[in-house]
Amino acid sequence: MYGALWRVLPGPVWLRILILIVLAALVLYCLVTWVFPWVDSLLQSNEEGTVAV
Amino acid sequence: MHARRRAAGGSGARRRKVSVVGVIGELLVTAGVLVLLFLGWQTWWQSAVLGAQQNSAAGQQSQDFLDQASASPTPTPTPTVAPDGTKTVDYGPPPVMKAPGFAESFAVIYVPRFGADWKRTIRESVDVEAVLNSYDAGVGHYTGTQMPGAVGNFAIAAHDTGYGNTFIDVSKLQVGDAIYIQTKDGYYTYRFRNMEYISPSTVQVLYDVPQVKDAKATDRYITLTTCNPPYHAQERIAAFGVFESWQPLSAGPPKEIAAEVGSN
Repeated sequence: MYGALWRVLPGPVWLRILILIVLAALVLYCLVTWVFPWVDSLLQSNEEGTVAV
Repeated sequence: MHARRRAAGGSGARRRKVSVVGVIGELLVTAGVLVLLFLGWQTWWQSAVLGAQQNSAAGQQSQDFLDQASASPTPTPTPTVAPDGTKTVDYGPPPVMKAPGFAESFAVIYVPRFGADWKRTIRESVDVEAVLNSYDAGVGHYTGTQMPGAVGNFAIAAHDTGYGNTFIDVSKLQVGDAIYIQTKDGYYTYRFRNMEYISPSTVQVLYDVPQVKDAKATDRYITLTTCNPPYHAQERIAAFGVFESWQPLSAGPPKEIAAEVGSN
């Protein structure tokens, strides 16, 4: 899977590494901004800290 | 030579053929990395990064109050000298603001016990998305409870862990610890008095006199609620404080928080 990704990328090794770093940063950004908060709301590991009936 | 190289390339291509087991393995490794990233996000990113972000947002908010205040008139203080010679300035009964709109930022809270540079913006309502999980707030005011300085109970809530770890140190409060609230009107000083471990349904802590039903309040209280234990939510902590004094913004901040007011 990752081997195939490496072969699909164009250019010399340094360019491929650069592209991979940018891709990883993008994925990380999406995770932190949308995916993790969503998973967290499903887990309910931290409820509001409020009192309610 | 040419032919040999081509042959080698051909066998190489066969070796690189994607195998089902290989893909499953890579997917599992990826899943493991994602779980680790999530845990890192939950424990480190949320406490350190978001906490710092909320802190600097609170600094900005407090500066905004100072900027707005420079236009409004200031009350004239009545200096009094105690028998032992210490001068105190009495600004009279504290001003009480009208209840703000939903998710409106109306105050900044400083609790030196939570850390020398700890401060957070307080917003109206305890809405999870707009207030408690917000990257530039963190503390919510229970709508319907009193405003700062009012007779009765000024009740606020925040997460203990996650989204800035806002109230993680509530259980470390010691009797007499200061809780400062800054609004557009001034600085209100409350002193921590006691705390209780309660069930999540104990709304009695929000009463005008905390825990006493239908009592007519004569004092000014503050109540902080948060989850307990850390990383879980089976219980709540309610920390109670009583009002001590107030001073207008023009009088400058209380000494203990002077460095934090308006600092990002």
